[in-house]
Amino acid sequence: MSKYILKRLILMIPVLLGITIISFSVMKVAPGDPVSLVTDLNPNMNEEAIKRIRAHYGLDQPVYMQYLKWLRNMLMLDFGRSFASDNRPVIDKILERIPITIMLNVISLLLILMVAIPIGVMSAVKQNSLFDRGTTVFVFLGFAVPTFWLALLLMILFGVKLEWLPISGLRSLNYANLGTFERVIDIAKHLILPIFVSAFGGLAGMSRYMRSNMLEVIRQDYVTTARAKGLDERTVIFKHAFRNALLPVVTLLGLSVPGLIGGSVIFETVFAIPGMGQLFYQSVMMRDYPTIMGILVIGAVLTLLGNLLADISYSVADPRIRVSG
Amino acid sequence: MTTLMGDFGRRMRKNRMAMVGLFVVVALFCVAIFAKYLAPYPPDRIDTSRILMPPSKENLLGTDILGRDVLSRIIYGSGVSLSVGFVAVGISTLIGVVLGALSGYYGGWVDRIIMRFVDVMLCFPSFFLILAVIAFVGPSIWNIMIVIGVTSWMGVTRLVRAEFLSIKERDFVQAAISQGAGDARIIFLHILPNAMTPVLVAATLGVAAAVLVESSLSFLGIGVQPPDPSWGNMLTEGKDNIEIAWWMSVFPGLAILITVMGYNLLGEGIRDSLDPRLKI
Repeated sequence: MSKYILKRLILMIPVLLGITIISFSVMKVAPGDPVSLVTDLNPNMNEEAIKRIRAHYGLDQPVYMQYLKWLRNMLMLDFGRSFASDNRPVIDKILERIPITIMLNVISLLLILMVAIPIGVMSAVKQNSLFDRGTTVFVFLGFAVPTFWLALLLMILFGVKLEWLPISGLRSLNYANLGTFERVIDIAKHLILPIFVSAFGGLAGMSRYMRSNMLEVIRQDYVTTARAKGLDERTVIFKHAFRNALLPVVTLLGLSVPGLIGGSVIFETVFAIPGMGQLFYQSVMMRDYPTIMGILVIGAVLTLLGNLLADISYSVADPRIRVSG
Repeated sequence: MTTLMGDFGRRMRKNRMAMVGLFVVVALFCVAIFAKYLAPYPPDRIDTSRILMPPSKENLLGTDILGRDVLSRIIYGSGVSLSVGFVAVGISTLIGVVLGALSGYYGGWVDRIIMRFVDVMLCFPSFFLILAVIAFVGPSIWNIMIVIGVTSWMGVTRLVRAEFLSIKERDFVQAAISQGAGDARIIFLHILPNAMTPVLVAATLGVAAAVLVESSLSFLGIGVQPPDPSWGNMLTEGKDNIEIAWWMSVFPGLAILITVMGYNLLGEGIRDSLDPRLKI
């Protein structure tokens, strides 16, 4: 087992390098460079000063040297200082935002699993039933609804018309005056809409996936055997079929990490939630290049870790993987 | 081949979802092409006497904060969505087919490098990558098309590679190889035409995805810039007036939903009709 994990970790190294190369290239496609951004706006700049600043940032060196220097900083988690007015180290800004984003995504992943798996199993077991057709329509809707529009609709319905739920932020204005229990309720109320919105798209995909896995497994010989033995349908479905259909879901979980993290830009912006997605959006609007680069790299590394976690859980759940992989 | 196509046509016609999708897609094309004749008003006609009017006989879907007709803007916005969708998918399909063909046909280190590249690209939350590039190159409709295209070719590459791997071993390809046909001839004449089915399906579904991404970008204010109408940036204005004008938020989103659903239904329909075995 530990050998397998070690192997996976070693395989991550070239991918990590690739991530940094692509991120670096993204930075390099920009017309001009960070220095010109600062110097262009400063009337006191002369040729000599610009040269000095460029040398200070290493921009007078060949590209591969710049990359290596940048890579070294990345590895030490030194993303430089934000261009925003607070001028703080990028890593601090990101670290204070990450927990919110990860918490939201984990909750919505759990929600997706809890709802989508039963739906998928049900519609596979009762293929072509009314329930199955109903969920198929729901799935197509789920794939097609733009999340930010769904967010707007829910805000209109529950926030503006019914006034049941707050439509932005994580806390009410009077948060400081609330008791502990009321605080929990307050945050929970703020989280309902964002979590629902972020889970909605994944819900469709996951239930579809679970359904097709289940349909595939039900046709396998061992399921027929189980039925032929005279086991009752419940045992066949839940003991023999369900467990095997569940396995590939682990992989899909890993694969859905980038989508969730990317999607957090949208719903954190719409609902004004101070997470990494919102920080990214603000940085893009302000052209805060160091922060953009930092979040881009960290987002990719988080995805990589998500995939690794999925691979490891898969190998824990399915011994066949360990032997052949 | 004719009977194959006949089979395909018959299955397509019998597939109700596919026909709905086809109808939506064709209708959208007509709307985009004939926008000038269909729209009741010019999309940018400002009418200060009719600001934020709810849906009525004069303005079927209401008016916005500048008194512009929402329906007319939606009709004109369809052109933006479709062109972004098609150009972006054109770019990603081209990249995907070329890389996938190279990877599947030559194998070896070419394959390893390209596949590693795919793995790396898949690690980036694509929306992050798109936003980052747009932040550096600036928002414009052309930049969006290109950026969506160059960040969404990975799926097609894997598909085409897999097709090449299996078709390469088939007898007719082996026969062509043994007759001394050149690589280019085998790739373009013998293998590629037989590998296009999944590519067509992926491209149709890709248009839907690109329309969604474009509208998200425009919604965030880094896509199509106002005053040019796009469904996404209409929704931004909708959000700003969410407490007083629900129609500004509801209808442009509905347009996105119908478009995306149309392409998804068509794509899935083509897949089911071309290869009934895939249907589950």
